Amino acid sequence: MAYLMMIIAAIFVNNIVLSQFLGICPFLGVSKKIETALGMGMAVTFVMTIATIVTFLIQIWVLQPLNIGYLQTISFILVIASLVQMVEIILKKVSPSLYQALGVFLPLITTNCAILGVAILVITKEFTLIQSVVYAIATAIGFTLALVLFAGIREQLELSVVPKGMKGVPIALIVAGLLAMAFMGFSGIA
Amino acid sequence: MSKIKILTNGIIKDNPVFVLLLGMCPTLGTTTSAINGMSMGLATMFVLLCSNVVISFLKNVIPDKVHIPAYIVIIATFVTVVQMFMEGYLPALYETLGLFIPLIVVNCIVLGRAESFAAKNNPFDSLLDGVGIGLGFTLALTLLGACREFLGSGSIFNLRIFPEENGALVFVLAPGAFIALGYLIAIVNKLKTK
Repeated sequence: MAYLMMIIAAIFVNNIVLSQFLGICPFLGVSKKIETALGMGMAVTFVMTIATIVTFLIQIWVLQPLNIGYLQTISFILVIASLVQMVEIILKKVSPSLYQALGVFLPLITTNCAILGVAILVITKEFTLIQSVVYAIATAIGFTLALVLFAGIREQLELSVVPKGMKGVPIALIVAGLLAMAFMGFSGIA
Repeated sequence: MSKIKILTNGIIKDNPVFVLLLGMCPTLGTTTSAINGMSMGLATMFVLLCSNVVISFLKNVIPDKVHIPAYIVIIATFVTVVQMFMEGYLPALYETLGLFIPLIVVNCIVLGRAESFAAKNNPFDSLLDGVGIGLGFTLALTLLGACREFLGSGSIFNLRIFPEENGALVFVLAPGAFIALGYLIAIVNKLKTK
């Protein structure tokens, strides 16, 4: 039950994009088509889960025993960057079809602050390993949901008449604001 | 390019937030008030300045193949410096900005400037570029923070302008960030076309 609450909270109530402002760059950048949004969402889910596990273990096994917690930021970002590279190489060999689907998005993920953000969040929230994994997956699903919903709206937006100065990013941001407002409606649930 | 042009370039023509649309996460996440926006901007500016200068000094020493990881380590070092300084001397601010301080590492502005400017120019020009872009970022964050604080709670820099209960709370909350930034960029677009 506690896990169910955590999942719902991470997907809807504290949606990573719309209420915590992490991962805005891909949210604005790759949300012009539903298909690419879905691909990006899947790539983020994949990397976020692995990255959270690895950084969690590094925190527990390396940083804490050696008492070098201040190296957290440096070590986490390096681990994530090399992890993304490794995932890319392994995927290319093991599953070319999956690589085809996710490949283009992988290099972009290193600078996606949602990945580093979640890795640090689970440490500050003092989750256990299982809680961290559940939290990471739920957060990534929330990210995918927000991205796909937003892409759907933007596809429609292409066809509508928008004042000249508002075209492109400004109207997209305002739509994101309305979407965030809709997500605020979930705040009573958990 | 003249020295003054390098400096003003980042503030107006290539403003990182309004024109280049980089570093959106801290822009939206930390601008609940003018002060918060400004502090975040200054913290980022410090990192940008130091990393620009150091990278510019080391550009001939760092092998080309590993330049991105090397840059990230340099940036992360200065982020850790900011993080420890804030935790020690400004604990209240550290608490409010929270997660966004370590996340300066993945701010595309910092790595972007390292890659596109500091790696090609001398340390002094890189310093000016860091100051310019940093000021542009700080200015944008302060402006957005001031707008949200004014509309949401009726004050600017904690200076009361109208009673708090008349403010539209939504501007301090998440949706207001998107909407306020959307309108600000629209205004900048409009000014640019003139």
